[in-house]
Amino acid sequence: MNLSEAKDFVVSTASLKEVRDFCREIFDKINLPQEQKDELVLAIAEAAQNIVKHGYKGVEETTDRMEIKISLKDNDLEIGFFDKGKAVVPENVKHRKLDDIKPGGLGTFFIKQIMDNAVFKKDQNGWVNHLVLTKKI
Amino acid sequence: MSYKVTEEGNVSTVFLNGEIDMDVTEKAKEVILPLVEAGKEVHLNLKDVSYMDSSGISVLIESHQKALEKNTKVVVKEVSKSVLKVIMMAKLEQILNLE
Repeated sequence: MNLSEAKDFVVSTASLKEVRDFCREIFDKINLPQEQKDELVLAIAEAAQNIVKHGYKGVEETTDRMEIKISLKDNDLEIGFFDKGKAVVPENVKHRKLDDIKPGGLGTFFIKQIMDNAVFKKDQNGWVNHLVLTKKI
Repeated sequence: MSYKVTEEGNVSTVFLNGEIDMDVTEKAKEVILPLVEAGKEVHLNLKDVSYMDSSGISVLIESHQKALEKNTKVVVKEVSKSVLKVIMMAKLEQILNLE
């Protein structure tokens, strides 16, 4: 099955539920084990959360929107995230060491555990950041 | 997310319900941390939590660490399968008190 769907969301923690609902609706159309669907929803929600938490750090409220595009071609799943927050320096995107037990720093770890690849692309098309997550499913 | 708190002796049980993400973590902390600060043994019942992300995991870690400081404990009970998977992904099953 091939598909491509995109939706934009206000950059806010209040949008995260909406992001998950958007993903769940799409993954319901794909024949995948529920466990894998749940993992993919988590990875996407964590990436969206990173935009809110880090891309807009210090911003109390914004009308900016972020776009999430989910594409499936054959068995290649690609999820694009577009935002106009602070420019990400990919080398600085790190998760905390797992044995350094403290709150925070796990979102990026979850993304890396779940997805095959996570890359910031240069083709922003008017956006500031374009993150692409990919996974063979 | 919604919640209910019951008290029995020095044990406070917090029943959390729904999805726990960054949007509700402050609310969750406002419920849990004062109980821990007061030296209560806190049981977090997660049987009705259908989703938890890294922010929710942070609440569990913070509660656990605060409890150690206060010489009490937080016990995480009846964890749903989906939440357990996230806890295990974070390799916290040996750190948190899971029952």
